[in-house]
Amino acid sequence: MNDRLVDKQISLEARDLSISYGEKQVIQQVNMKISSHQVTAVIGPSGCGKSTLLRTINRMNDFIPTFSMEGEIIFQGRNIYGPYSDPGVIRQKIGMVFQRPNPFPKSIYKNVIWGPKINGYTGDLQELAEDALKRAALWEEVKDRLNESALRLSGGQQQRLCIARAIAMNPDVILMDEPCSALDPSATARIEDLIKELRDNYTIVIVTHNMQQAARISDQTAFLYEGDLIEYGVTKKIFTQPDKKKTEDYITGRFG
Amino acid sequence: MKRTQRKRKEQLFIWICRAATWSAIAILLTLLFHVMREGIEWLDLQFLDSFPSRKPERAGIKSALWGSVWLIGLTAMISIPLSIASALYLEEYAPKNRWTRIIEINLANLAAMPSILYGLLGLAIFVRYFDLESSLWSGSLTLSLLVLPVVVIAAKGSIRSVPLSIREGAYALGARRWQVVFYQVLPSALPGIMTGIILALSRAMGETAPLIMVGALSYIAFLPEGPSDPFTALPVQIYNWASRPQDEFHGLAAGGIIVLLILLLTLNAGAVFIREKLQRYKS
Amino acid sequence: MLSRWIDHTVHLLLALCVVITILTTLVVIVLLGKESILFFQQVPLWDFLLGTRWEPLLEPKSFGVLPLVVGTLKIVFGSIVIALPLGLLIATYLSEFASTRFRSTVKPVLEILAGIPTVVYGYFALTFVTPIIRTLFPDTQIFNAASAAIVVGIMILPMISSLCDDAFQALPGSLREGAYALGATQFEVAVQVILPSAAARVGAAVILALSRAIGETMAVTLAAGATPQISLGFLESIQTMTAYIVQVSLGDIPADGIEYLTCYAVGLLLFIMTLIMNIIGNHFITQTRKLHL
Repeated sequence: MNDRLVDKQISLEARDLSISYGEKQVIQQVNMKISSHQVTAVIGPSGCGKSTLLRTINRMNDFIPTFSMEGEIIFQGRNIYGPYSDPGVIRQKIGMVFQRPNPFPKSIYKNVIWGPKINGYTGDLQELAEDALKRAALWEEVKDRLNESALRLSGGQQQRLCIARAIAMNPDVILMDEPCSALDPSATARIEDLIKELRDNYTIVIVTHNMQQAARISDQTAFLYEGDLIEYGVTKKIFTQPDKKKTEDYITGRFG
Repeated sequence: MKRTQRKRKEQLFIWICRAATWSAIAILLTLLFHVMREGIEWLDLQFLDSFPSRKPERAGIKSALWGSVWLIGLTAMISIPLSIASALYLEEYAPKNRWTRIIEINLANLAAMPSILYGLLGLAIFVRYFDLESSLWSGSLTLSLLVLPVVVIAAKGSIRSVPLSIREGAYALGARRWQVVFYQVLPSALPGIMTGIILALSRAMGETAPLIMVGALSYIAFLPEGPSDPFTALPVQIYNWASRPQDEFHGLAAGGIIVLLILLLTLNAGAVFIREKLQRYKS
Repeated sequence: MLSRWIDHTVHLLLALCVVITILTTLVVIVLLGKESILFFQQVPLWDFLLGTRWEPLLEPKSFGVLPLVVGTLKIVFGSIVIALPLGLLIATYLSEFASTRFRSTVKPVLEILAGIPTVVYGYFALTFVTPIIRTLFPDTQIFNAASAAIVVGIMILPMISSLCDDAFQALPGSLREGAYALGATQFEVAVQVILPSAAARVGAAVILALSRAIGETMAVTLAAGATPQISLGFLESIQTMTAYIVQVSLGDIPADGIEYLTCYAVGLLLFIMTLIMNIIGNHFITQTRKLHL
């Protein structure tokens, strides 16, 4: 794990990031650098703002009328919220997997190719779909029924399909918002394995309420509490010898 | 009151309720049976293929039938895109504020407005102001205004029931709003929208008063060749026959009603079929 | 960028369509108002509203709308007397007593009843209901209010039963359980608990159905006759506001004549009456729906 840290490159950076919904501030002055080709876990008790933070990264909060923010999120050298930045383009490069699997009510195949298709992909869609499904470890299970409705898949398969859908866009970053919270333990294990494999090609930021999961799969861990970034560092260190008392209390289950 | 007495009262009440429910079914059956009995003898190929006539035995519904087909076709072409677009705008684009609430109240009131007022509207606007005269244009534009609010309300409900997660999933793939709306939301909402459209078109197909107002004639001995031609329609023809004193014409009216009801039935069966087909991917 | 441009264009186009629905209302109001003003320049408002003779087509002309209003109210009254008790009983049966299977069979049947064109009801009134009434009461005229009122009642029956059924269904189950736990019979629960609790929405249903009956045109045109008069009897010919409008438009009306304008004056009255009732009815329904959520 340590050798990864040596040549780490910064993929995303939050600078003095504060987020509010209306009057209510949910994130205060967060500064955070996210390394590329690593799995970064964001943990914290529910309501601490971790999902908000995640959804701000690919501008999914734009749809909430009361949403407002200060500070910057830098991605590939530019502010995601800069005056010329285009949320559509940003979301093509920063994909997202949601808490509950949300496949479109279309066939498995169409689910995977929908994103590339609307964004003007000119290559071979068939090939792209196969590649994405293979990377999402779903190909073997669905290769004979690509034209079936995606809603017939099991919950775990649906979530892997959503991951394949995100991969098909060939993003740099994949954001995952508690991707296993609606799944059973065996489906969860498969997704966790998948996340570890995906690290080689993508930067992954995962929000989870499950500390064991964060410990199992992530390289870096950020602990968020009531909108403040309490501690952020190498996962092993956070879980074994955290600097802050609050982190230790949370890790050891004294609250949350 | 004693328990047994209360029990008896309860039983009596349930029986009355049951009788009321069956009476509604009985009324429907009586109506259908009556129409069948009066009209079936008039129903033959000659009836379908003849123009109206002063002699009952030679009269038919050819021009009325084709007039109705024209009307519904034009009404569908005008009202479907308009109503779907309005519903999409109100659900997917419009901010939720006082104005949209006023529009919603407005829609509900338009949907409940007596159809004869649409007739007055069509008469003054399309027939007289735009000088379209008593043409298929006037008729179908009037009917379009009539079905518009009904379809918009149905379509809005259907669009609203598309889960938010589908929209989020699409946006997260970099989709533009119009792409989300037209490639994800609309296809998901389509079965419900189709049902609303067909129901509204069936209503339009049976409408009589607005067509009389815009001047649908009952004696038309030719088929319309384009939307600018004068026309008659099935319900107008039925009205005309029913309003005459002679029994033969009442028989003709019943024959026309049978054809109208069969058309409505086909339309609704079509709706069910389309809905089932579109719902294939909704597990 | 192209797709951004498309986004804005689509937005604009869709908004344009909404404008049409709003425009419809405005045009109705402006139009009815404009033509009515022309009418009221020739006929004083009070003569119109309070006059008791409606003879706009015959000399000497007289423009008292009351006979038409009375005719309309007769139909409305007669139809609600039939539809309200029947509709309430059906709704009670479907909501409280019937099996799910029976319920899911009967609801579509009621929808068919609601989907039958009004001209068909007119035919039914004229050729089926009227002869029956005339056998029972030989004095009955061929065109009479009773026959039309009965079929209008049948027409609004599905509306009342389905709105009341919705109202009963919206009540929380705990309400029934509480009453049953006290040993109440199903009759007592239905009449003393369910009905009063749903009263507001039942009232709204009645108002909407009344408005529907006021605007009903073809059945009354066919079955109720064309004799505007103020009377109490149901067995004689009358004329409603809607039937009058149809009658005038069936003749060739000159666009500038007073006959043409009477249509719009009567139409305005019809519009105001139904609009008020619809607003009240819809308001009640949305209000109570909010309460129950």
